[in-house]
Amino acid sequence: MRERYLLRGNEAIAESAIRAGCQCYFAYPITPQGELVEHMAHNMPRLGRTFIQAESEVAAINMVYGAAAAGVRTMTSSSSPGISLKQEGISYLAGANLPAVIVNVVRGGPGLGNIAPSQCDYFQAVKGGGHGDYHMIVLGPSTVPEAGELTMLAFDLADRYRTPVMILADGLLGQMMEPVELPAPIDMASLPAKEWAATGARGREPNIILSFDLSPDNLKKMNLALQAKYAEIRKNEVRYEEAETEDADIVIVAYGSTARIAKTVVRMARAEGIRLGLFRPITLWPYPYEPLRALADRVDTVLTVEMSAGQMWEDVRLAVAERANTPFYGEMGGIVPTPKEILTEVRKHAR
Amino acid sequence: MPVDIARMTKVFGRPESLTQARSTYCPGCHHGIITRIIGQTIDELGIAERTIGIAPVGCSVFAYLWYRCDALQAAHGRASAVATGLKRARPDLVVFSYQGDGDFASIGTAESIHAANRGENITVIFVNNQIYGMTGGEMAPTTLVGQHTATTPDGRDPATTGYPIRFSELIAQLDAPVYVTRQALYDTRRIMDCTKAVKKAFQNQVEGRGYSLVEILATCPTNWHMSPIQSNQHVADTVTKVFPLGDLVNRGA
Repeated sequence: MRERYLLRGNEAIAESAIRAGCQCYFAYPITPQGELVEHMAHNMPRLGRTFIQAESEVAAINMVYGAAAAGVRTMTSSSSPGISLKQEGISYLAGANLPAVIVNVVRGGPGLGNIAPSQCDYFQAVKGGGHGDYHMIVLGPSTVPEAGELTMLAFDLADRYRTPVMILADGLLGQMMEPVELPAPIDMASLPAKEWAATGARGREPNIILSFDLSPDNLKKMNLALQAKYAEIRKNEVRYEEAETEDADIVIVAYGSTARIAKTVVRMARAEGIRLGLFRPITLWPYPYEPLRALADRVDTVLTVEMSAGQMWEDVRLAVAERANTPFYGEMGGIVPTPKEILTEVRKHAR
Repeated sequence: MPVDIARMTKVFGRPESLTQARSTYCPGCHHGIITRIIGQTIDELGIAERTIGIAPVGCSVFAYLWYRCDALQAAHGRASAVATGLKRARPDLVVFSYQGDGDFASIGTAESIHAANRGENITVIFVNNQIYGMTGGEMAPTTLVGQHTATTPDGRDPATTGYPIRFSELIAQLDAPVYVTRQALYDTRRIMDCTKAVKKAFQNQVEGRGYSLVEILATCPTNWHMSPIQSNQHVADTVTKVFPLGDLVNRGA
């Protein structure tokens, strides 16, 4: 039987990570993800697992690098300015093919910004915030239960593809409380062995973990291998949700907390006869370009709604490729758009 | 009289824990001696099958090539944080980081100090040659006052660049470290002393005592623009005046 709890998004992510077998968690406190760190501080040592409050975000992500190299499931979490500091380490994780989970409970930016909800780190997450030709899988939960489910999934995907995986949440999702059904902890013994890990060269050749090769030919090969992996991920892991799109003239494209608000807008619009649907990317990388393109063929307008200046809008326009109108409505600075405001925008594009 | 090799006793050889990979270090550089000392220590303690080396960025970026043990290459300055993560994940492994002065005492300052302050049960080998060798001889945090480098062409001026940082002394102020020592390699006696210190630093970890740091004053003939012999003399006569040799912390047995 699944257990039911009333949890904040931050706590649901933390508890799901524990149930997914996270053995080592390293982080530096930052708002609005403080409850995540505190949940781990309270629970990890009691389970005989590792919790370290690192001296910085930079140290935390490098501790993740070390733990991932040892073959254990490991995670760090932070919010926007702290995630900027982790970019060096994320690039190294990607380059060294190390599995790890990174949670970003996004807040207003740029710079110190504020601690209110935002989606202004989309570019940084999906286009590669660190140096080099790399991607990481980016999952965008839109409810507290889904934040828990995607955290469990994140660990599986990280191990399967030996890649960093980011949970791209936002301050609203992190702070909001909802009933959550948590799955039973996974059986750690069921996980496949990590033959590549640095666990001591006993009866085998040494395992060397690096993201480095001075020879351009060899580094090109390393890059081609990464690109082949990304092609595989694009083929297998695209996830999205469609709601009320069958007869829609207009669809909203939104992810995370904004998508949840947009679901309310769909109900309100339908009540006044506007055939509105919702397309919600769940994987932000790989982005669901193909299904969105197919949908764009059937509708007049694809309205992007985001808590940013229009970062995901770029991917929407790449997907739609002028098959439909692609207006944008966004908020910035930590302001959460209301259903009424979005509905007003929808009406402008209704037939 | 012909020599009967079969009847000879081997008194010195290449440590089993070292690979046959060709050195990337310049002639006269002390990194090779340190590599050998670590290899010998791993042999003597019989820990090759559970040792993980962590290579830094700098001249010793290739350190993962020298040892017959698992190894990681870390981001610049982060080796002590990487070692922390690895050791906490697998306390049964023996984890050492190998870091130069730029890596350990400049860009990695926070990671270095805090790993020491947590008393991580790791071994840190800190190679202080007072210069950035890999990038072409620029100023290090440990560069001596007046020393000419690519970025202090008129000599290091404390008025604008500060003084050589005695990082081991900073770490020695902390409560957690069990062993902090500064060693050199300019003559046979120092090499033997340094070998003992490195062994102790590994032994501490094997016995679960906690954080050990061995700072080693090394030469960089290429970027010091000195011969290897002049370089050794420079360490003995000048560098040790700024960086005195000996144990700074030696807690417990």
